[in-house]
Amino acid sequence: MRILRLFAANQNMLNVQNITINYGVCAVVQNISFLLEAGKIIALLGAKGAGKTTLLKALNASLPTADGEITLDGKRIDKLSRREIARRIAVIAQETETKFPVSVLEFVLSGRFAHGAAFGWETERDLQIALDCLELCDLKNYDNRRMNQLSGGERQRVVLARALATEAKILLLDEPTANLDLAHQAMMFRLIKERCENAGSSAIVITHDLNLASEFADEILLLKNGKITAKGEPQTVLTSENLQQVFDVKVLLDENPISKKRRVTTIY
Amino acid sequence: MNDQQSAILFDIRLPRILLGATVGASLALAGASLQSLLRNPLAEPYLLGVSNGAALGTMLSFIFFAQSEYARPLMAFAGASLATFAVYQMAKSRSGMNVERLVLSGVIVTTFLSSILVLLTSLLDATKLRSFTFWLLGDLSQATKNGFYLTLIVAVIGMIVLSSQARALNLLMIGERDAFDFGVEVTKTRLIVFATAAALVGISVAASGSVGYVGLIVPHLVRLVVGSDNRLVVPFSGIVGATFVVLADTIARVAIAPRELPVGAITALVGAPLFIYLLKRN
Repeated sequence: MRILRLFAANQNMLNVQNITINYGVCAVVQNISFLLEAGKIIALLGAKGAGKTTLLKALNASLPTADGEITLDGKRIDKLSRREIARRIAVIAQETETKFPVSVLEFVLSGRFAHGAAFGWETERDLQIALDCLELCDLKNYDNRRMNQLSGGERQRVVLARALATEAKILLLDEPTANLDLAHQAMMFRLIKERCENAGSSAIVITHDLNLASEFADEILLLKNGKITAKGEPQTVLTSENLQQVFDVKVLLDENPISKKRRVTTIY
Repeated sequence: MNDQQSAILFDIRLPRILLGATVGASLALAGASLQSLLRNPLAEPYLLGVSNGAALGTMLSFIFFAQSEYARPLMAFAGASLATFAVYQMAKSRSGMNVERLVLSGVIVTTFLSSILVLLTSLLDATKLRSFTFWLLGDLSQATKNGFYLTLIVAVIGMIVLSSQARALNLLMIGERDAFDFGVEVTKTRLIVFATAAALVGISVAASGSVGYVGLIVPHLVRLVVGSDNRLVVPFSGIVGATFVVLADTIARVAIAPRELPVGAITALVGAPLFIYLLKRN
């Protein structure tokens, strides 16, 4: 039993039990439970205002929960320091902007903050990791460019590079493909998938693209008004009744001929 | 060198140069770190009202505790802290803090404190009045060795403390949420930086009045050369700030000799156009 528990604690797992998050007096997220296991990708779907971003913020303790418990590798997340959390969970939030002439390399290196001393400089290894991640994100030779001179899509890829540079086992992504062209959308999901398959990472992705979710997610959480409407494999969650209920749209469901995954087409 | 010359050099000129250097370093350090912390290239102790807070503290101690040597810097520090807190609370809103909101809050706090300062100066008798108005604009002519030692100690400690926060400031400069997500204890860092900046500004103002715009001009000059990394910007701002104020004070002393200008007039002459340029560029 003890060995089992040790084993379980060593898995990179985020266990969410029955959490409720309040904004003022309203409960924005209610009674949500799920388990994120190593290697898995969970897609968080729902209309605007369903509480997706709020839920994501609570997962790295950026927002306090009113009720319930979130544990990371068996430890309560609100008992961990910011550094401990940041070493294990990386975030891709909706776009950030700065008025200072921060270079792309400096930006990506900020992802190494939680690994080094609070003061002092990055090591050779930090630098190498940052450069490798830039290359992965199709940003080779961008290191000396300034953040405020990049296009929205380029910035979004730098943000991905920084998240990868943290070497965190859990990635939380809030609409990561919003600014990306098709090629780079595919690149981003491929990179995330690779991380999850080869490095034992796991990810939670907020997206509005049902087909991306169907292709890449192992599990889908369908959110409506802060509650889970449906949860499970894409095949079982992406049904016309569920989508009608959550998004208020009629859809055509069939199978992607190449990946054999469920394909959703909106009927206008 | 005769006795008179050596007295001028060692008792008048040297303390003044040294005080100018430590005050310049302190103000530039405070400006550089406040800019990164507030993610606002226009943040500056003088423009945020922090200097006026310190000035009010100094003046109150002058009126009520004129005998105590330690009351002045302490009250200046308290005033600077209160002004910082007030501006921060005013500028903060649910949607975060934008450049304009912060600058406006600074203007309001500054003018409010100025009106109290004016009221107090007019209640003082006429002989003190002139020296106070002069001092309010930033004036190094009253430099003493003791004043210098205190500002030196605070400037050195301030530089060490702020340099220790430089890496966290790099993340804060990108965004408060971002910094939090990537491992910065935002509340703690904010408190350390605010308190240190208030101490630096408070001690400087107690010694030499509010020398404006140093915290704006110097960090921007430094960033042009070394980039935005605070681990370079913070210490270099200290060094360049020291040089800048000594130069400005030399100009203030000789420009209309034998009369003197307050050094703050010279720094504002350079700083105000730069402020307009930066605001436009935003």
